[in-house]
Amino acid sequence: MLHTVNKSPTERNSLESCLKHLNNGSAVLLIEDGIYGALKGGSVTNLVERALVNYPIYALKPDIEARGMKDRVIDGIQLIDYEGFVDLVVEYPGVQAWL
Amino acid sequence: MNESGTDTSTRIKKFLFVNRKAPYGTIYALEALEVVMISAAFDQDVSLAFLDDGIFQIVKGQETTFIGMKNFSQTYRALEDFGVTKLYVERESMEARGISESDFIVPAEVISVREMAELMASQDIILSF
Repeated sequence: MLHTVNKSPTERNSLESCLKHLNNGSAVLLIEDGIYGALKGGSVTNLVERALVNYPIYALKPDIEARGMKDRVIDGIQLIDYEGFVDLVVEYPGVQAWL
Repeated sequence: MNESGTDTSTRIKKFLFVNRKAPYGTIYALEALEVVMISAAFDQDVSLAFLDDGIFQIVKGQETTFIGMKNFSQTYRALEDFGVTKLYVERESMEARGISESDFIVPAEVISVREMAELMASQDIILSF
C-alpha cells in the first residue's frame, strides 16, 4: 500500500498515525504540507528516521521547493516529481490517503 | 461621540495578525497577507506574529513554479514600504521545526512564548489566520 500524507506533522497527527499503521510492503509519500514531515532537526525527525529503516519514504519535490525546504530533507527520503508520483500509484496495489 | 452615541474617534488601534498556518497547503497565509496590506492602508498600528506552522510563511528560498501557485513570500519584504515593520516570531515554534533566525526572508524579532502572550494581551484587535 502507498500511504500519502498531505498535512503538516506539527499541525495534525496524520503522519504520526500513518507511520504507526505501516506494514509489509508499505511506502509513504509526503505531499503538499505533508512535506514538512521530511525535515531534519524537527520534532518528528526521529520518528521519520525510524520508519525509514523499514519503509521507503518519498516526498514530492515541487512541494518541497515551493516551501523553500529543498536543503533540509532527511537523508534517505527520495524526492520525486509528478511522473514519479504516477509511477508509485501504478507500482503499489493501492493508495491510502492520510488527511 | 456622535448623536447616536457611537464613538467615531480616529484613535489608531493596535492590530495583531496571528499567523499559525504553513503557506500553500491552505489559503490562510495569503489571505492574512492581503488583510495586513488593507489595514496598513488605514494607518493602523499593525504587528504580525508568526507561531506554530506560521513560521514557515517567512522561510527563504520558496520556489513555486512547479506547483502552479503564486510565490507570495517576496511580499513580506514589501511590508516595510507600507509601514508594517513589527514582525515577531516565536522561538519555541522555530526550535520544534529546525528553523533558525537566518532562515527568514525578512527581519523579524524572535520572542518567547511568554513574550508572545504579552504581545497578544497588549493589542486592541487580534485577527487570527
